[in-house]
Amino acid sequence: MRLIIPLAITFTSGMIMILNFFIPHQPFALLGDNLQEWYMIVASGAIFLGAANLLHVHFRKIRLKLKNWKYSPVTIVGFLVMIILGLFYGVTENLPFDYLFMNMVAPMGATMFSLLAFFVASAAFRAFRASNWRATLLLTSAFLVMLGQVPIGAMIWDKIPLAKVWLMAIPNTAGQRAVMIGAAMGVVATSLRMIFGIERSYLGGAD
Amino acid sequence: MADIFTKIGNLDRRIIFVLIALSVIIPILTDLIIPNIVGAEPSRDLFEFVDSLPPGSNVIISFDYDPSTMPELQPMAEAVVRHLFEKGHKIIGMALWPQGAALGQDAMSSLSDSLGKEQYQDWVNLGYKTGGGVMIVRLGTSMRAIFPTDRDNVPWSEIPMLQGINNLDDIQLVISLSAGDPGIIAWVMMAGDRYDIPIGGGCTAVSAPQLYTYLQTEQMVGLLGGLKGAADYETLVGIDNGQAIRGMSPQSVAHIAIMLFIIIGNVAYFMQKKRGGAR
Repeated sequence: MRLIIPLAITFTSGMIMILNFFIPHQPFALLGDNLQEWYMIVASGAIFLGAANLLHVHFRKIRLKLKNWKYSPVTIVGFLVMIILGLFYGVTENLPFDYLFMNMVAPMGATMFSLLAFFVASAAFRAFRASNWRATLLLTSAFLVMLGQVPIGAMIWDKIPLAKVWLMAIPNTAGQRAVMIGAAMGVVATSLRMIFGIERSYLGGAD
Repeated sequence: MADIFTKIGNLDRRIIFVLIALSVIIPILTDLIIPNIVGAEPSRDLFEFVDSLPPGSNVIISFDYDPSTMPELQPMAEAVVRHLFEKGHKIIGMALWPQGAALGQDAMSSLSDSLGKEQYQDWVNLGYKTGGGVMIVRLGTSMRAIFPTDRDNVPWSEIPMLQGINNLDDIQLVISLSAGDPGIIAWVMMAGDRYDIPIGGGCTAVSAPQLYTYLQTEQMVGLLGGLKGAADYETLVGIDNGQAIRGMSPQSVAHIAIMLFIIIGNVAYFMQKKRGGAR
């Protein structure tokens, strides 16, 4: 039963969604709508699971004094402050939650992501080598795209932005499309295998 | 001479960090402005599509990003919101990312005040809803079922601009400002392909190459790629000295600096290789 019930649920849900797509009439339309709402409810539940897990991981880190445990109280306090302010005062504009979000969370998040520029520069200096003709082609393309992505490129030569658009629209698109079609076919195949019970690894390894 | 190239090849990365920081800080402090020229870019296509919509069109802006990508996407949000307000369109804001709702609120409310627009008459922020692509499919049958209230808990039935809007068929354009998944691709697949709604978008520069495939197939009406896309839109809308336009100068200098590093790194590599030292 431990195997049959999950497989039956997967098969029924999957078939309802497939039939809902190809036959958008009753009863499949209603069943499809209901399943979509259930999905959203389950996904909302996952947010609480994530929050509980965050607290569990950081309390454990503090209790066992694991590496960098001193940062964990900051995470917990920040997390609890935002939850309490959001729950008691709401999240509308000009209230404490929004004030902290716009003046602390937003600038700190943007700062963290901006560090990427430094690591990109360092990595490019060390690893971006014209060691063979393929690497040289990639390097030339990268230079054209980097110059075409900023106004100084057009100031150097007005054809650089056009070269960037061509590179993005033709060779890049060809490569991207091949990857995307391959990935999409993989998704379809895996989904069908799950719906028909051939692929069972999502059940936790049970055969 | 050979020692110099070895030293360059093993340059302390802290020196690179300092030089990159300077290449960003100096143009900001000196107010360096490099004029932004908008060519035949996908950003112009999005601008022209918005321009061609009849006044009073209902446009969804989905704020699918968080503060980490805000420096690139928030200027886009502000330029797009300004353009839509100036053309007299109604904006329905929502978010597939939890933190996007607050950033969207900031963009819409600050501009609505300065342009004399009113919340619930000209714009509304429905907030964040979980579910990604599945949520978008459900919007195709009933938007009210997914968003019974807006972000401030005002019921759908009490929001004047939403009366007459039932599902995605009543929407003339969706613009997703996206930093990843769920984002533009979900909107293209679920709203564009399934319900035939025109989709435009804005994304970080690193995500743009993936989305060019949807431009070529006309599954998207236009795309703002990175800060350059935001600067293009600001230029087309006529925003003088906008955030993104000002950001183009530090970005130009930083790109040149990175390219110089790559050239220097390659020179050092080839000189070492000539001596038989480089791997």
